[in-house]
Amino acid sequence: MLAALSYIYFNTTRLLQQQNDQTIMAEVNSLRDQYQEEGVTGIEESIQRAQFQNSQIQVMLVDGNGMQLAGSLRSPDIKLFPKETWTDFPLTELDAKGAAGHTARGLKIDLPDNHQMIVALDVQDITQFSSIMRQSLYSALAFAGLMGLGGGYVMGRSVLRRVEAINSTARNIMRGDLSGRMPIYGTNDELDRLSQSLNEMLEQIEKLLNAMREVTSNVAHDLRTPLTRLRARAEAALRQPDKAHIEQALQSTLDESDRLLSTFNALLSIAQLESGQQRGGFQRLDAHDILVEVLELYEPVADEEAGEIDLQSRPGLMVMAKRELLAQALLNLLDNAFKYGRNAADQVKVTITGENQDGTVVLSVSDTGGGIAASDRERVLQRFVRLDSSRTKPGNGLGLSLVAGVANLFGGNIELSDNNPGVRATLNIPAASQTL
Amino acid sequence: MAEASADVARALSPEESEPDALSRKLRILLIEDDVEAASWLIKGLRDRGHYVDLADNGEDGLQVARMGQHDVMIVDRMLPKRDGLDLIRDLRGSGHQMPMLILSALSDVDERVKGLRAGGDDYLAKPYSFSELLARIEGLAARKSADGTDSKLRIADLEMDLIARTVRRGGKMLPLQPREFKLLEYLLRNAGRIVTRTMLLENVWDYHFDPQTNVIDVHVSRLRGKLDKGFDQQLLQTVRGAGYMIRGD
Repeated sequence: MLAALSYIYFNTTRLLQQQNDQTIMAEVNSLRDQYQEEGVTGIEESIQRAQFQNSQIQVMLVDGNGMQLAGSLRSPDIKLFPKETWTDFPLTELDAKGAAGHTARGLKIDLPDNHQMIVALDVQDITQFSSIMRQSLYSALAFAGLMGLGGGYVMGRSVLRRVEAINSTARNIMRGDLSGRMPIYGTNDELDRLSQSLNEMLEQIEKLLNAMREVTSNVAHDLRTPLTRLRARAEAALRQPDKAHIEQALQSTLDESDRLLSTFNALLSIAQLESGQQRGGFQRLDAHDILVEVLELYEPVADEEAGEIDLQSRPGLMVMAKRELLAQALLNLLDNAFKYGRNAADQVKVTITGENQDGTVVLSVSDTGGGIAASDRERVLQRFVRLDSSRTKPGNGLGLSLVAGVANLFGGNIELSDNNPGVRATLNIPAASQTL
Repeated sequence: MAEASADVARALSPEESEPDALSRKLRILLIEDDVEAASWLIKGLRDRGHYVDLADNGEDGLQVARMGQHDVMIVDRMLPKRDGLDLIRDLRGSGHQMPMLILSALSDVDERVKGLRAGGDDYLAKPYSFSELLARIEGLAARKSADGTDSKLRIADLEMDLIARTVRRGGKMLPLQPREFKLLEYLLRNAGRIVTRTMLLENVWDYHFDPQTNVIDVHVSRLRGKLDKGFDQQLLQTVRGAGYMIRGD
């Protein structure tokens, strides 16, 4: 704005000045020509006429001796007046009524016969205009400056206050209160958006820390039992240290250790899934292929246990996933169905389905066994949870947690529902986009 | 894994066997900075008859490996002074062909791929069982010296034609499904050596996770049924606590 004003000021002033100079120049030329043609008398008339027509024009005509011959301009000493350059000088009462104090701008030229002439223009108006503009410019400058300082000060204060709020929240969080969140002011400016991002980050950290806490507490609780068993057998063997007992104790130690290793591996996998370490490296694959592979892998077991598996699926169930993890999850579900899904006659019949439903690939494994009570369906997805009906069978209670972890990793979920009778475990995974 | 049985120290059934008497003593280089883990590993390997040298950091390990005096290497990924994968890349880059097994606490498939791409031949995640490590190491060393261009694999009266995809025992054709064929092929290629369940899952199904079920056992048991039933000599053996083995003697 300041720049605009300055521009206007300078240009207007210049323009007006140019106009004036042109006027004077025009007058000078015209009078000079007059003099050439008609001499002093002719020019005297012209001067009078010019001054009459434009009250701001003031002329001084002087002869070789310094005597003024015509014109209303009286004040300047023509001998001292600079020649052929624009000169600004003050007017006095001598020049015209009411001209005292006004500024004039004039040009002095030589005329034949040692005559000299000054043609001047009263430029007081312009000077005044110019000074008003200058004043406006200065006040605008001052005002803007003040506004800037004041506004900056006020804004600065409020920004500082908000930054300080963020800082103090961060300090609280670092002290251990993970539930703290950054304040949002609803202005949706940079600070607010920063706070929002920070809050999302804090949510994620809190979730991860909770998952970690859960794992360590579960690990402590549920690895204690097999370790205690291991210890007990070793102690018993030491009490009867004959070869047979020692061999037995050592063998069962091996078996128990293997089971522990297996549990540990499963725990690590689940923890890795939940911590997001497995993100990335997904591939576009057909879930149908995995269903077929897993079925083929498990089929001899089904055969041996006189169970039936029925696959109802078709190629084209494209998802972004990891082949191994998906296979592991499906294998777990299948194994669960066989372990816990037997009906009253101890028969097991499992149905595996795969289909595309509105942008979601839905894979399900259903059995015809005793089912899971509605109240247990959430719980059973947690680590180490084993329902009473299953406690006698081998297993570590991690199978479904792994399946849940895998489903979540691929952006989907697992649902347990009533198969009437039996359990229906459904894995929902977002379908991969159709375009490659 | 089966529950420990109540009866103890029974005579081995015809399908079970003791671990093979060592056919070849290996010179093993172990590069591991965890002193305690290393000492257990060394004891186990030496008990088996192998010679073991230990380096406890990447730089020393690299120097010793360069001397080329070992048959097989076990490299831990996390090493002081020079990272395990770095070491492997360096050795492969300068033309060393010695088989290398990578030990790592990082167990997911992506890390495994990284390790194999760096030039490792096999990848074992911690915690591991010693028998698993032993089976893999001996398998690695043997594979490298084996000729991979056979069109037939033979042991005792068993003959497998890799081109025609047929198997005959005592002249009689055995009706194997494709997966069973692959299973038998892998066992035959490692004849006389222990093959663990994980190795089978990896090489025959290309899965690198712990199935937490006994699926492999059932597949092997079905194969055994087709392979050994009705024959005096049981070729497909179970090695307690370790895995399986095909042996013809």
